[in-house]
Amino acid sequence: MYDITVIGAGITGTFIARELSKYQLKVLLIDKENDIANGTTKANSAIVHAGYDAKEGTLKAKLNVRGNELYDEICEELDVPFKRIGSLVLAFNDKDMETVHELYARGERNCVPQMEILDKESVLKLEKNLSEDIVGALHAKTAGIVGPWELAIALAENAVENGVELLLNSTVTDIQKIADGYSITAGDRKLESKIIINCAGLHSDDINNMLNTQSFEILPNRGEYNLFDKSVGNIVNSVVFRCPSEAGKGVLITPTVHGNLLLGPTSEYIDSKTSFETTLEGLNYINEHAHHTLKQISFQGVITSFTGIRAKTKNQDFIIEESEESLGFFNVAGIDSPGLTAAPAIAEYVVELIKGRLGDIELNQDFNPNRRPSIHFMDLSDDEKAKLIEKDPRFGRIICRCENITEGEIVDVINRKAGATTLDGVKRRARPGSGRCQGGFCAPRVMEILAREQDIDITEVVKDRLNSYILTGETK
Amino acid sequence: MVHYDIVVIGGGPAGLAAAIESRKNGVKNILVIERDRELGGILQQCIHNGFGLQIFKEELTGPEYAERFIKELINMGIEYKLDTMVLEVSDSKMITAVNPTDGMLHIQAKAIILAMGCRERTRGAIRIPGTRPAGVLTAGTAQRFVNIEGHMIGKKVVILGSGDIGLIMARRMTLEGAEVLAVTELMPYSGGLTRNIVQCLEDFDIPLYLSHTVINVEGHDRVEAVTIAQVDERLKPIKGTEKRFECDTLLLSVGLIPENELSKSAGIKLDNVTSGPIVNESMETSAEGIFACGNVVHVHDLVDWVTKESKRAGKNAAKYVKGQLENNCKNIKIKGINGVRYVVPHIVRPDNVEQTVELMMRVDNIYKNVKLVVKSNGEVIKEVKRKHVAPGEMENINLDFSKFNLGNSDEISIEIVKEGE
Repeated sequence: MYDITVIGAGITGTFIARELSKYQLKVLLIDKENDIANGTTKANSAIVHAGYDAKEGTLKAKLNVRGNELYDEICEELDVPFKRIGSLVLAFNDKDMETVHELYARGERNCVPQMEILDKESVLKLEKNLSEDIVGALHAKTAGIVGPWELAIALAENAVENGVELLLNSTVTDIQKIADGYSITAGDRKLESKIIINCAGLHSDDINNMLNTQSFEILPNRGEYNLFDKSVGNIVNSVVFRCPSEAGKGVLITPTVHGNLLLGPTSEYIDSKTSFETTLEGLNYINEHAHHTLKQISFQGVITSFTGIRAKTKNQDFIIEESEESLGFFNVAGIDSPGLTAAPAIAEYVVELIKGRLGDIELNQDFNPNRRPSIHFMDLSDDEKAKLIEKDPRFGRIICRCENITEGEIVDVINRKAGATTLDGVKRRARPGSGRCQGGFCAPRVMEILAREQDIDITEVVKDRLNSYILTGETK
Repeated sequence: MVHYDIVVIGGGPAGLAAAIESRKNGVKNILVIERDRELGGILQQCIHNGFGLQIFKEELTGPEYAERFIKELINMGIEYKLDTMVLEVSDSKMITAVNPTDGMLHIQAKAIILAMGCRERTRGAIRIPGTRPAGVLTAGTAQRFVNIEGHMIGKKVVILGSGDIGLIMARRMTLEGAEVLAVTELMPYSGGLTRNIVQCLEDFDIPLYLSHTVINVEGHDRVEAVTIAQVDERLKPIKGTEKRFECDTLLLSVGLIPENELSKSAGIKLDNVTSGPIVNESMETSAEGIFACGNVVHVHDLVDWVTKESKRAGKNAAKYVKGQLENNCKNIKIKGINGVRYVVPHIVRPDNVEQTVELMMRVDNIYKNVKLVVKSNGEVIKEVKRKHVAPGEMENINLDFSKFNLGNSDEISIEIVKEGE
């Protein structure tokens, strides 16, 4: 019998699991996919928002500002890329400027620190590539950018090192109430747990409905993105938004933590939770909008495009509560933007709720907040590089030519706790294939390494999901 | 720190030919740096024949063609390092490289020859909408899997792009038992050699859809279907012309991009059209003593042209090392206009021309019965008749500098003129 089972290994699930590993509890983290962060966490804007967007009094407002505060420490502990680069909300006319003032006022009520309203000249001083048509902006210095899946993977790894069990490839198909908790069918396993935390993202309503008559509905909302080559990554230095309108926060322009440029997202309610396709209309829409904001941008620089699906709810706020019908069953649902930012605060909040159910829980005296840092070969000095290769020659073999990723780094991410088992899993952890050739050169080499390290046949190596096989057999 | 007279970056056909030619021209202290596990470059995965018709007057496969140069290189005792990645080239000709046995390498060269080749454009670059399942590969990656690793990559295939690699992979996949449902080409003409259209598509009854592109990819885990549509003159898909193919693989052959990240690190000027360095008659880039040749300069359709161009780079790098290249002399700009997209070299210094310079160029469309007209400051100095020119086939013109008086000419242009005009 587990004390707590967390369903869903996205950013909220992994944050909660890691937070729970600070206590003496038997915790299980389950996901239906074959990797951490394979849902909404792997396809979003990767922004740590300042907190002026959410309506005061909502969970979103409260947890956004607190979550933002927690980011420096957590990313330091877990060796995850995070940069506090600030954000701008651009105004193009007087009406926009009114909105900027409203956002500033709301930010103040939400206790967002370090905000200022800038005039055109000050904005262009900060961002020389922006359109001359802007009239001013809200500048929030605490906004930042993060590697979302790196964070979730790091949290899972750290949670596992502190005693949490991880169970992947296990779709939860049934939950039943039993005497002192719940019985869960996950994949081909049956488990028992005193407490369930439902962090199933887009599928959190389905999980809830397995047990409860009181239901909520997840409304899938699609957002498409274009990701650009590093050669244009410095076109902006901060996260640049347009003024929000009825269509949402609009298309944003931001550098990523790795120095690429990200444009997007669109916003479109869709019928399906699995419609991860990009559309010609969507990708063109993003570029047209960026065109208005930037003086000039070459769309030749796009290296990939992708779609994320937001888990929205009707009332637009997070649902974080214990079910009235099923005590010990906690929903953590409707975590759309600013979910990534709020996630560390959501974890704190959920642990407090659980204490309300379990009473005081004993601390895990052995808890180690730190994760063994990753080696980023290219960031080392020449001397450090030379010493490292002497110790382990695999760091002298560059596998990914675009990002200069070594075999040593790839082997490391495969062999870590919660390590990579797929081609995309390696890419998300160590970045081979993230560059301008998108794996054209390195994919066969990474597959060889994956097969060797896991002692499987290369034909068993998949791209991402379980059935995403790459090779179909031998040649004649 | 180690010193070499000439360091060649890249051990593919360009690098091999350049190194050999440098040696033949009297330079002994040469190093070839190759990032892959073997010499020969992409030729090693091109197991089809048709290589060497110009250079050897016989039809070789890619590995056979490469082998001749590799043998010659080894027989000459030219040094090479495999599995070695150059991280940086400075304009003072310092090279930083890394490999598992030497660790970090700092190499000072008197001259450098850049021969890094090119890479393939990807799905992202052309924004093909749809899902992102396994089974979408560039044709070159597929070629590596099939021809070198011995793995099949699909059973039912749609190919986008009718460049030579796309055409050759259509045939290769068919020979390996896969069904190629369609080769789709955005432009109204193929980007490949005519002989490949015939030998790779027509001989196997593989349909070619000109003026078509891929507008959707379906499938969550693996490709399940690909939809193509006809495009209008502005290359926009036309509603109602969609055709959906159930398949498990989409191969992309949508263009090659010279790999010039190192050239950029050395501050070398690049040409916007070719995406390669701007070079002079000696294949020297804007950085003195740094030469470039092969697909890193501009994408060639025949390896024989790469070899010829690279020999020129190797020979002139040797001259440079020996102090025999004239730098402070007249520069004549070579420009492609009116249908000629680009010309390589971009600059000619007549003082360094022994007799002729071979000008290589590509046209921007298919033209029939035309003349390629070379003018010096507006005056016609040479005309070459062509029955047929196409963007997929590189044109070469030998310009004999001893034959005409350049006078005060500072620009030579090449253009397409219709016969009778």
